[in-house]
Amino acid sequence: MTAERHQIRIDRLLFTREGQDFRFDLALDRPITLIAGASGSGKTTLLQLIAGFEHPCEGRILLDGLDVTRLHPSQRPISLVFQDNNLFAHLDIFTNVALGISPGLSLSALDRERIAGALERTGLGGYEKRMPASLSGGERQRAAFARALVRNRPFLLLDEPFAALDPALRVSMGALLRELQAETGIMIVMVTHLPEEVERLADHVVFIERGQIGFSGPPARAMEADAPPALRAFLGNPDA
Amino acid sequence: MLTARERRRALAGGGLALAGMLLFAALATVALLRTGLAARGDPLFDPYLWRVLRFTVLQAVLSAMLSVLLAIPFARALARQPHFPGRVWLVRLLALPLGLPVITGALGLLEVWGRKGWANSLLHLLGVPEPISIYGLSGILLAHVFFNFPLCARLLLAGLERLPAEYWLLSSNLGFTPWQLFLHVEWPEIRRQVPGMAGLVLMLAATSFTLVLLLGGGPAATTLEVAIYQALRFDFDPPRAVSLALLQIALTGSLLLLLSFLSGREEEGTSLTLSPRRPDGRTAGRRLADGLTLALGTLFILLPLSAILASGLKADLVRLVSEPLFLRALATSLAIALPAGALAVLLAVAITGLRLTLLETSNGRGLTARLARLAPGAASLILLFPPTVLGTGWFLMAGPSRVESVAPFLVVTINGLMAFPFVLRILEPAITSHRLRTARLAASLGITGSNRLRRIDWPGLKRPVWMGLCFGAALSIGDLGAVALFSSDRLITLPWLLYSRMGSYRTEDAAGLALLLALLCLALTLGGTPAGNRKPSHDS
Amino acid sequence: MTARLNGILSTFLTAAVAATLLTAPARAADKELTIYTYESFTSEWGPGPKVKEAFEKTCDCTVNYVSVADGVALLSRLKLEGAESKADIVLGLDTNLVAEARETGLFAASGVDTAATKVPGDFKDDIFVPYDYGHFAVIYDTQTLKNPPKSLKELVEGDPAQKIAIEDPRTSTPGLGLLLWVKSVYGDKAPEAWAKLKNRVLTVTPGWSEAYGLFTKGEAPMVLSYVTSPAYHMVEEKTDRYQAAAFSEGHYIQIEVAGMLKGSHDKDLAQSFLRFMISPAFQDIIPTTNWMMPVTATSTPLPDAFGKLVTPSKTFLMAPEEVARNRKAWVDEWLAAMSLK
Repeated sequence: MTAERHQIRIDRLLFTREGQDFRFDLALDRPITLIAGASGSGKTTLLQLIAGFEHPCEGRILLDGLDVTRLHPSQRPISLVFQDNNLFAHLDIFTNVALGISPGLSLSALDRERIAGALERTGLGGYEKRMPASLSGGERQRAAFARALVRNRPFLLLDEPFAALDPALRVSMGALLRELQAETGIMIVMVTHLPEEVERLADHVVFIERGQIGFSGPPARAMEADAPPALRAFLGNPDA
Repeated sequence: MLTARERRRALAGGGLALAGMLLFAALATVALLRTGLAARGDPLFDPYLWRVLRFTVLQAVLSAMLSVLLAIPFARALARQPHFPGRVWLVRLLALPLGLPVITGALGLLEVWGRKGWANSLLHLLGVPEPISIYGLSGILLAHVFFNFPLCARLLLAGLERLPAEYWLLSSNLGFTPWQLFLHVEWPEIRRQVPGMAGLVLMLAATSFTLVLLLGGGPAATTLEVAIYQALRFDFDPPRAVSLALLQIALTGSLLLLLSFLSGREEEGTSLTLSPRRPDGRTAGRRLADGLTLALGTLFILLPLSAILASGLKADLVRLVSEPLFLRALATSLAIALPAGALAVLLAVAITGLRLTLLETSNGRGLTARLARLAPGAASLILLFPPTVLGTGWFLMAGPSRVESVAPFLVVTINGLMAFPFVLRILEPAITSHRLRTARLAASLGITGSNRLRRIDWPGLKRPVWMGLCFGAALSIGDLGAVALFSSDRLITLPWLLYSRMGSYRTEDAAGLALLLALLCLALTLGGTPAGNRKPSHDS
Repeated sequence: MTARLNGILSTFLTAAVAATLLTAPARAADKELTIYTYESFTSEWGPGPKVKEAFEKTCDCTVNYVSVADGVALLSRLKLEGAESKADIVLGLDTNLVAEARETGLFAASGVDTAATKVPGDFKDDIFVPYDYGHFAVIYDTQTLKNPPKSLKELVEGDPAQKIAIEDPRTSTPGLGLLLWVKSVYGDKAPEAWAKLKNRVLTVTPGWSEAYGLFTKGEAPMVLSYVTSPAYHMVEEKTDRYQAAAFSEGHYIQIEVAGMLKGSHDKDLAQSFLRFMISPAFQDIIPTTNWMMPVTATSTPLPDAFGKLVTPSKTFLMAPEEVARNRKAWVDEWLAAMSLK
């Protein structure tokens, strides 16, 4: 799996909401892409389009060459992690992770091993019977990663997954994410509003301005003179 | 998370509310028992009473089951389709039936389902020779479902919409089938609500009076409430009335206790950022199925309402609304309903505050926590206290010379108490999730006391409070029970006027008044439901 | 928030009190007469307003009404208040309630000569003065019922597909009236009669209003009401669609009475009202407002519609004491017969 190189192609996408047009045209193939941009610029919208929660008026979305534009979210080869509420509060951690394998919860012995392995890998070994409310914010996000691991889908979309965590935890969670990527070869697309996350994690940066792609390239180029001023301001100012 | 002062205040407020309600009911009971009017000494448990008990329980349990069972698919479909034209009106409509005077709703129902109703006319056209009769248990259930199912659906809908928006996205990403979604996401929430909701319907159905007699077809359909009324009004036997009322509370109370074992575990999980987006509702098949469910449910609610509209329009509405008596009755009705709604809100806020504070103090464990969880249900038992008993007891307490001056307050209090359990259902979840969201932050920022009320609680809760007030007022405005007891020429309300017109052959006027009352209820529910649907989320 | 709600609450309470107090009588004459009665008497369509106006012209006093739902509620209210009651006159009890009312010991002998009153069934009482009466009757819709029953027997044994709406004897006076009617005609065979009639009964409503509402809505082609009911439709709605069925066995009567209380603060005034009540000034008002029959001659002839009403061949009336003694047993009997499967 590590040898594979996944790719996302966003082909002349047009999406309209309340009179505002969003136009995206992108090709992504690096392991970790970070999507940045101001509040309301459309970065989460782009993620929702890829995941299938929003439907474009025009254009196509291809994942590894497969046109998923008309596919239901469940039919897309994608795992998701949000900022919060990734776990069903009334189900224990084991069940929450198991739902990633089988929504009907019919699990083979092998599946159970895989769940235990994924929990072990994310540092949650022994947490099977715990309820989400008894976990810390970081632990809950790690459980969500464990579910993404057992789901075994080639793409992982994250919407500000570390926004609710404190800075030190953010760093270690970012490191975990990178390790998991390296081990599985999964392609990661993550929305963030933190410049330091871009610097730390990104192989590729997409910067969105008012519903358009302002920049798409390696982080090193993002600080160069031809990059949009807003992007340079964003990266240059850690408080942005 | 609360300061010691805030805790003291919450405990005092909740304790005061509970004690006040208990005292209000207890004083009335004692006053009744002290009349000195000897009991006739008829045995309480005669075969007649056993029959009445059996029927009361049977129809109440069936009414509750049917209302809840029908509300579940309807609320699910409505939650699954967050955007369609007219949705906000449909949600408003759900609060309407329970606000209608019982006789108005019943006549509307009969216009549709009666022997000469629309349904039977249609069947006749299709060649069915004999009309299908609903009188009997089926008619009672039909009416109870008509009055209660919409409220159940609305409460369930609110519960489903309170679930974190991410749940729906994740579920669809994880490929849940509708059944799996129901099992993993919707049912846990629904199950949490069912005991309280079914309990409300159970209490309403158990104490149902006019509907049971009117649609029951004969005295085989008799509830305890009828026996209580009979004991107090016709036989004037207060001790018997009190015994029957206590029996009613014990009986229905134990049913409620059974129900409470159904309750799921408390949980948190609130979303702030996203509006409900339901990918699972977007397939053509789902849309069709949901559309059908919603259309059927809406038709069921709307047909009797249109019957009320149709017969109301035959009346001379212009003359009716320009009559000074109508305007006076309108003013009196509002002057009773709005404070009654406010009282219900106050009680609900106080009881919820008590519960949350006790839960926090006890860390959700032990006897205190168990008591805290029981408090709202126990307070709701006031619904089982027949207004006739409360009113008559307080009438005795006030005495003939003072009764006219205290009557408005008593009518407001009784109406407020009867509306309280419903308002509690609206406010309790809202306050609880508001607390969960803000408690830590407010405490960490040191925002307490009146600052907290002004800057955090009021902005966050004004919508549910307003909704509770409007709904409580809507429930009170159609009520005749309390006013009828203290009836004097100075306390003429709209339902009273309606009944008075019916009682003097003015059926058309009565139909017109029924329509105006329904419109008034609708206007009140407007206040309770914000006009704009929640907007789709933007980037954060 | 609590403080604000408290503010709102007190504002509304003040408004509620204001709304009710503002309507209190403005004129305070020296003498006042407080009459407890039922609500349809004092409604703007009822006799109340005209009676007040007419009596106030003669007495130099102010008439205050306190109205409750119906005759039964009237008696309950009186029992609740006991000797402290502010009532001078209680108007609107019927003969079936008279025995219980007498038992309260709250009423004073009227001292009114009722020789001029003509009430079928020969009701005479030293305390209670009758002011109107009406025979119970089955009212039918001529558009849907071509062959109305001509006797109680025909009603009992007729086609079960032709329904009748009746009132509950446990909660309403017409319901009790029908119970007594059937008892008067069938005696010990009453349970059997009810068991048969049960199949024709659409439903048993808590009160007259609901039953009559079902009838005018067309749900049932027959309803238990009064012989005088068609007069309303003929006079006010100019239609003779609704008619009373004359029953060959005869009809049970409801006589409405008033009495004055021992605790009245102005017994002379109360007594003069009772006298006024059986004078033409009061009796003229009754037919077209209360839709019942006057008990003495009116100064002008009754409207033509009253001439078209059914005249019962025989009047049934049980002694109040007999009713009071047997009511519970008879209601139980009725319950048993009507609850049979």
